[in-house]
Amino acid sequence: MKNEMTLAFDSISENEGFARVAVAAFATQLNPTLEEVADIRTAVSEAVTNAIIHGYPDGVHTVVIRAILSEETLELWVTDEGVGMEDVKQAMEPLYTSRPELERSGMGFMFMEAFMDQVEVQSAPGVGTTVYMKKKIGRGAAEQEG
Amino acid sequence: MDMLELKGSRLVVHLPEEVDHHSTEDIRRSVDELVERQPVEEVEFDFSRTAFMDSAGIGMLLGRYKVMRALNGRIMVSHIDRQIRRILSMSGIQKFIQM
Repeated sequence: MKNEMTLAFDSISENEGFARVAVAAFATQLNPTLEEVADIRTAVSEAVTNAIIHGYPDGVHTVVIRAILSEETLELWVTDEGVGMEDVKQAMEPLYTSRPELERSGMGFMFMEAFMDQVEVQSAPGVGTTVYMKKKIGRGAAEQEG
Repeated sequence: MDMLELKGSRLVVHLPEEVDHHSTEDIRRSVDELVERQPVEEVEFDFSRTAFMDSAGIGMLLGRYKVMRALNGRIMVSHIDRQIRRILSMSGIQKFIQM
């Protein structure tokens, strides 16, 4: 079974909660454990918050989440068409933040990487950023752990 | 219930259900305003009602740690569940905060 959904919403902080709940609800089709649901919610929250704060520092624009469920795997793409980044590697370093005045902890990517099996970032200045994340859930994760 | 509850020199912050970038701006503003005006020695962040926290919550806690340290005070967290404990542990913040 393959199932795909796309969600497009305004880049306002009210939508951070909406986005993580919507993706977690979609993923329930794979019968995730409570811990896996918490992992997904946290990872989505981090990626969406980054898009809202860093991708679109000025004005309200659109954040798009594409999610695909297949077999026992959740794949996610969180995309903004905002300012983009010159140096993705630096952005992903633990404790790095480009916005210390906002009290960002610099732990967003650390949490995404801890809670998902795979995290990849594509970004270009002036073009935007896509965060790709993949996680085996439910039965798939149990088999992987043996 | 109000978010802030002052008990002598201790300020209890009753955190919302979701501690994320959206909610932390209000928490940070309210707490900082109060500790500037009142002689607060300890800020307790009460997670009784909280079911979700992400790295924005860690940033908010670290920020309040710095504010209270500058005032010779301290912060602590209470009533944390498994999910919140996991986030706090991964962040390494327990080095600064009484759990």
